[in-house]
Amino acid sequence: MAAVTMRLPVPRKPAVVNAPRGPEKHLVAPGDTITTDTGYMRGHGTYVEDDKLIASVAGVVERVNKLICVRALNTRYNGEVGDVVVGRITEVQQKRWKVETYSRLDSVLLLSSINLPGGELRRRSIEDELAMRDCLQEGDLISAEVQSVFTDGALSLHTRSLKYGKLSQGVLIQVSPSLVKRQKTHFHDLPCGASVILGNNGYIWIYPTSEQRDEETGGFITNLEPVSMSDREVISRVRNCIVALVTHKLMLFDTSILYCYEASLPHQIKDILKPEVMEQIVLETQHRLLDLEG
Amino acid sequence: MSERRATLRRLSCSNGASHCSRLLEGTAASRERRKRKGLSAVRREEAGSMAAVVLSEPEKLYIVHGVQEDLRVDGRGCEDYRCAEVETDVVSNTSGSARVKLGNTDILVGVKAEMGTPKIEKPDEGYLEFCVDCSANATPEFEGRGGEELGTEITSTFYTVFSSENSVDLKSLCINPREHCWVLYVDVLLLVCGGNLFDAISIAVKAALFNTRIPKVRVLEDEEGSKEIELSDDPYDCIRLNVENVPLIVTLSKIGYRHVVDATLEEEACSLASLLVSVTSKGALTSIKKVGRGSLDPESIFEMMETGKKVGKALHVALQKILDEEESLGTSRQKVGFLG
Repeated sequence: MAAVTMRLPVPRKPAVVNAPRGPEKHLVAPGDTITTDTGYMRGHGTYVEDDKLIASVAGVVERVNKLICVRALNTRYNGEVGDVVVGRITEVQQKRWKVETYSRLDSVLLLSSINLPGGELRRRSIEDELAMRDCLQEGDLISAEVQSVFTDGALSLHTRSLKYGKLSQGVLIQVSPSLVKRQKTHFHDLPCGASVILGNNGYIWIYPTSEQRDEETGGFITNLEPVSMSDREVISRVRNCIVALVTHKLMLFDTSILYCYEASLPHQIKDILKPEVMEQIVLETQHRLLDLEG
Repeated sequence: MSERRATLRRLSCSNGASHCSRLLEGTAASRERRKRKGLSAVRREEAGSMAAVVLSEPEKLYIVHGVQEDLRVDGRGCEDYRCAEVETDVVSNTSGSARVKLGNTDILVGVKAEMGTPKIEKPDEGYLEFCVDCSANATPEFEGRGGEELGTEITSTFYTVFSSENSVDLKSLCINPREHCWVLYVDVLLLVCGGNLFDAISIAVKAALFNTRIPKVRVLEDEEGSKEIELSDDPYDCIRLNVENVPLIVTLSKIGYRHVVDATLEEEACSLASLLVSVTSKGALTSIKKVGRGSLDPESIFEMMETGKKVGKALHVALQKILDEEESLGTSRQKVGFLG
């Protein structure tokens, strides 16, 4: 039976729960005056006009001693060393791959930064270079870590651990990088049955928790067996929950996703994306997170 | 009762401007810019296809297996549509307008009614002119002339869909046979490409035609024989179009062995062939078109047509309900527009 729902648009409502926030953040919009004190140095996101320091992006003002900068909230991913990212291969070049990670420049994955199949440790030869496309092709998804940042801002990635590598079956969601909370680990096995990789660049990867976890293949062997129906339902539900959290601008981390999943259980999977159901689920999640905090 | 005499010039805007600029003034300037830029032929060929997203093989496999089991990535079944938002009367300087948001896809349609001369082969009918503009906001591939091929493809599809005799009552658009008639310029603007463009555009076109108010005119003949057009004083005295028979397009994408309705960008990347079926509210098929590189089995075409008819009827019912609801709210409706 075909289900078609249409509705009239509803104006967006402001933030849902009035919660006591931590230290007050100084939010600015482009053109707002930050300070008229001339003793400060201007950092990123600011400019000086008529002896006033004015913000050029919309975001949070950060002050370090005498340096004032504005960290934008809606921006491309700015990489830091040690971040976990999920990226898509866009090009295969001579000794490296170009990876798209939603940053200003394409990131680079050098041939020397990946693990060879079998875990060998040797110098990469010409045969390895010719076999690059067998390893990673255009369109493949990988999880990697940022090794370093080039002077122009491009990131250099590496997959030199068994937990990184090519990703096989699952679902990718793209969100704003500022919504992903920085945590100790970005690889989570949710108790509901799906696993999730929260890339710092805003790419979230949801995949079925595979049964054999003891032998880490670390990498480039893809599992092409069909995923079971129960796993699919869990993955779809987690995906819709993440979309709900992102629409209401909540931070994404394992606990918030889990609470949202549990709040969504009484509803059907496809109903989660309806605006009124989304609001109700997110409200419940916010309450539970507030209770958790204190 | 005094009636204001209005001449032809007051009713229509400058005839020199291109059709698209009737909706947004800036489009004429952007056309000049596009002509000056002139992309290379290779780039034009690459950008011809719809804004496609690149997927890895295991991702495509996951989607295909999901469709086989009637559970798509967002939990929908194969015949379910995403939640759509429809709003009419969003652009104030048009005769009728509508904005439709189908999931991620955002379409804006404006209808302008202008006086023109009827076509020679159909002297007692008005006609519709379509123009589709793929805005560069939708995807960077549409920058410059990139969106032109997609735009012309959509325009020609709509001409085919509306070419059927009964879709719009063209005789009601006639003012004076062989001399004056109403020409409806339907301008479509793609704001965001989120998959399933044709369906969303057809919903928006039907809603905009429903919303169109054409002023009532009378043609008076002078002593010398020259004709003057008179516009009635009352701004609410207008004729409305009968949109009962306006068809809606249903896109059925073949993924694996099954077909899905309302495909997202990722699902479109997994499907090799799609069937565009235009259905009226009574379930009659007015046109079919096959798009895509792949081939379709005749049996699957038949199945897709049946699904298309069923889904099309449900679409019409839902759309009519929402349009009637919006109309009944009248002036008390809270206009959301673009900054809501």
